[in-house]
Amino acid sequence: MSEAASTLIALETPAASAPRGLFSWVATVDHKRIGILYLLTTLVFFVLGGIEALLMRIQLARPNNTFLSPDAFDQMFTMHGTTMIFLVVMPVLIGLANYLVPLMIGARDMAFPRLNALSFWLLPCGGFLLHFSLLAGGAPAVGWFSYAPLSETSYATTSGVDYWTLALLILGVGSVAASINLIATILTLRAPGLTIRRLPLFVWMIFINSFLVILALPALNAAIVMLFIDRHLGTHFFAPANGGSAVLWQHFFWAFGHPEVYIMALPAFGIISEVIPVFARRPIFGYEFVAASTVAIALLSFGVWAHHMFAVGLGHPMDLFFAATSMMIAVPTGIKVFAWSATMWGGAIRLTTAMLFAVAFLIQFTIGGLSGITFAVVPIDWQVTGTYYLVAHFHYVLFGGTFFAVFAGLYYWFPKITGRMLSERLGKLNFWTALIGFNTAFFVQHFLGLMGMARRTYTYPNLPGWGLLNMISTIGAFLLGVSVLVLLWNIIASLRHGKPAGDNPWQAWTLEWATTSPPPVQNFDRVPPIRSRRPLWDLAHSENPDPIVGGAASQDGFILEKNRVGIVSFLITEGVFFLMLILAYLYYNNHAMNGPTPTSMLDPRRTGIYTLCLLASSLTIWLAERKLRAGKSSAFRWLLALTILLGTVFIFGQSREYLRIFHSGVMVNSNLFATTFFTLTGFHGLHVFVGLIALLILMWLAFAGDFKLGRIEAVKSIGLYWHFVDAVWLVVFSVIYLRLLI
Amino acid sequence: MSASFSPIFDNASPQAAAISNLFEVVLVICGVILLIVTGMVGISLIRFRHRPGSAEPPSYFGNRKLEIIWTIGPILIVIWLFALTARGMRQSDPPANRQPDLIVIGHQWWWEARYPQTGVVTANEIHIPAGRKWLVRLESTDVIHDFWVPALARKIQVIPGQTNHIWLEASLPGTYDGTCAEYCGAGHTWMRFSVIAESPAAFDAWLGGQEKPPAIPATDPAQAGLKIFQTMTCINCHSLRGVSMATNAAPDLTHLASRIILGAGVLSNTETNLFRWLKNPQEFKPGCFMPDLKLTDAQAGTLTSYLETLQ
Repeated sequence: MSEAASTLIALETPAASAPRGLFSWVATVDHKRIGILYLLTTLVFFVLGGIEALLMRIQLARPNNTFLSPDAFDQMFTMHGTTMIFLVVMPVLIGLANYLVPLMIGARDMAFPRLNALSFWLLPCGGFLLHFSLLAGGAPAVGWFSYAPLSETSYATTSGVDYWTLALLILGVGSVAASINLIATILTLRAPGLTIRRLPLFVWMIFINSFLVILALPALNAAIVMLFIDRHLGTHFFAPANGGSAVLWQHFFWAFGHPEVYIMALPAFGIISEVIPVFARRPIFGYEFVAASTVAIALLSFGVWAHHMFAVGLGHPMDLFFAATSMMIAVPTGIKVFAWSATMWGGAIRLTTAMLFAVAFLIQFTIGGLSGITFAVVPIDWQVTGTYYLVAHFHYVLFGGTFFAVFAGLYYWFPKITGRMLSERLGKLNFWTALIGFNTAFFVQHFLGLMGMARRTYTYPNLPGWGLLNMISTIGAFLLGVSVLVLLWNIIASLRHGKPAGDNPWQAWTLEWATTSPPPVQNFDRVPPIRSRRPLWDLAHSENPDPIVGGAASQDGFILEKNRVGIVSFLITEGVFFLMLILAYLYYNNHAMNGPTPTSMLDPRRTGIYTLCLLASSLTIWLAERKLRAGKSSAFRWLLALTILLGTVFIFGQSREYLRIFHSGVMVNSNLFATTFFTLTGFHGLHVFVGLIALLILMWLAFAGDFKLGRIEAVKSIGLYWHFVDAVWLVVFSVIYLRLLI
Repeated sequence: MSASFSPIFDNASPQAAAISNLFEVVLVICGVILLIVTGMVGISLIRFRHRPGSAEPPSYFGNRKLEIIWTIGPILIVIWLFALTARGMRQSDPPANRQPDLIVIGHQWWWEARYPQTGVVTANEIHIPAGRKWLVRLESTDVIHDFWVPALARKIQVIPGQTNHIWLEASLPGTYDGTCAEYCGAGHTWMRFSVIAESPAAFDAWLGGQEKPPAIPATDPAQAGLKIFQTMTCINCHSLRGVSMATNAAPDLTHLASRIILGAGVLSNTETNLFRWLKNPQEFKPGCFMPDLKLTDAQAGTLTSYLETLQ
């Protein structure tokens, strides 16, 4: 490509050399190294989760088997599900995105490299915490969705569930931070010419997916915070014995849980949308439809959660609503499947291992999607939910779908990441064992479900056919295990002896292939001109370039300031967290109950005065920011001090309110009013407190004279956070107090 | 579908039949879609392979008309499926419109069945008259369970703090397997039950038998067994009409010997199995709330003799 180099666009910052040694990996903020760390960590957990699965399959190989006790089996399926979802699928996709997104958009790194390192290190922390439960009285044994009240202390007596909640919180924070980073990276660091409409589809899907993460994860975080409070402070969110609702947990959990399904699928769609075109030698068929259908899936995914709850008895109108929305998701998903198939049609298909996995993905994901449609047909769900038919369905989506896509991506990008090709010979062996093993293990499970076998049973009676089909499934699972060993062997062998890859072994078209393999620390010195979705095709086929996408403009309106993007994304995710707390308050306080009530406990007028203080502090910080911009640093300092004072007065007022309630003998576990009131206002108070600390640091910097105009972004970000905290209070005040005045 | 293959398809009630008919239609629709996709992919894999030395295929970016077709087509299918769904729901799950004929209460890990008209209480075995549509009310005393008899009806969660209803009907006499279908703790696997549908006459005879108090034990071992039942901790959990008025923490044993299963499905109810069960329930149903009482063989033997009189 040297002859084309003269047309390349030079990037701004100079190159740095790669640090060496083990510690350099621990201390790294390089997105590529962090990406590799993600991949390696998830590989470890993948093997662990796989071993858990195989142990279950041994136990289920024969009827009335006694290899595992029920308690051990229950821990296994809980850990297997939790591990695969939170420690493997999500982080492996985030890891791939981490490695690839900056390269694919021609950036030098992620928008916030240190935040990126933090996001990664939270993953081993969360994984460690989850597995530590094994040493602390036993792993959680409540299933990965931890239905209340089984997960409450009365029924889950060991600390397993506590480790589970803490681990998920930590992992959730890590995923949200990584997604905020990805959003900011994609919105602010694209190379010149790479407009939103020219983004590779993988980047598109990661972009949409990141929004799903920041909107869905806080719902889970809020729910598990409530569960944790239930378990440790004796409150009653999900404890029916004291008026709590077992069904509310299901609503909250699946409000996260269904978007989560797409969080685990969209990046896989992205991988497939890169791999299939390259190996069919055709551009993706209908880029706009594929991109737009992703947005449609993301939006719809928030309106379908109760299809996990058709067996709850929510009533036909509710069931029908969620049946309709769930079926609608089939449309954008179908668009993708047809687009991938049509891309292959008329191409010149090269059946590399990557492509084989992609093709198998296409068929297996379609099977999983179609069995998914049967679940949207409510009466069918009433029969097959909670059975092995369901287990088969979601393994077709998550293993036959997502994992096969990840394998395709691994074979596709491994040369870029390591500079060496994976062995195609071992790759084919890896593929065929995976294909046969997977389908043997899981296809028969459809039949087991139809025969009446419920999931999560540690054994089963010796009914006709059950033993045989289970044995077949177990054999398939072990073949799948062999396949993973082949993959590991391939990775190790290829790292040492693999064929050197060169910059672009697949003649691919996106920017990551425009740099060396592996890329240098700074990724690129130059990027090619970008006029279409396939800049490297244009470079290699100057006689026949792709049509220019979206006019000649090299920039669209979507280059934003990264701190602003970061803080706004953060506040969106915080907003969802508070929304859940507010919904819980409304849910439990809309009917009469015994014990303390808002009317008997709260004084809306006095709290109203403190509310005015908090609102006034929004005004003062806004003025402070203006003064700073105008260069009036003294006024800035004093307005900042006034903001802190007003915030402190608010906290003081809240403390007085709390003390008054405590003195009347009411505690957080007194009844559901107390539970929801203290949780909601407590979390808000915590946010005010954190805001005050941030403001104090700002003020300290300002009075130390260490404040330059260049830091205005920091002030703006903290200002936005402070406005957000005030806005949340305004809603909380209306929900809790204003209702009392009306 | 072969007769013994799937209780969902080889069903025995109009409600379950409505679901399986719907299921068959949907499976055909899904099968056709799968064939189309597999066909497209398969033909591509055969016809459009890369040949060494051949040039790059022409770039082709899409076809708006085709894309609109495969958007509209699925939308129409979805509308059709939605209509089928609404109809299927009405047929398979009609609204509850009267007092329940039967109350089923889920416990960790067994089912309590109460006949409100007669006061009969039994466990893990539900008798219904064949050909009659019974309304069942479902409650839970602890965690969420799920009541599922695939050959007869939809499944429905059994939720603490909420009552649910379903219709239970068997067109023909027979024994139909049921199970808990929502994971509910260590004993979830053995939370099975049987629905026994009998001709109305046989059902009435059964109900009459259950209404009678249990016979006073006549033989010596049985009388000794009764003493053990009263002096050991049995009566703390098990009620037995005329002997023990415990809460419903454990199955009512009034007519234990008339039932076909023990431990909610873990053993068939034979004299030998009952003896083994009494010796150590934990061996058969690990985690269940009935402890190993360390009965001697003699104690377990007399207790078995007594319990076997509870026809």
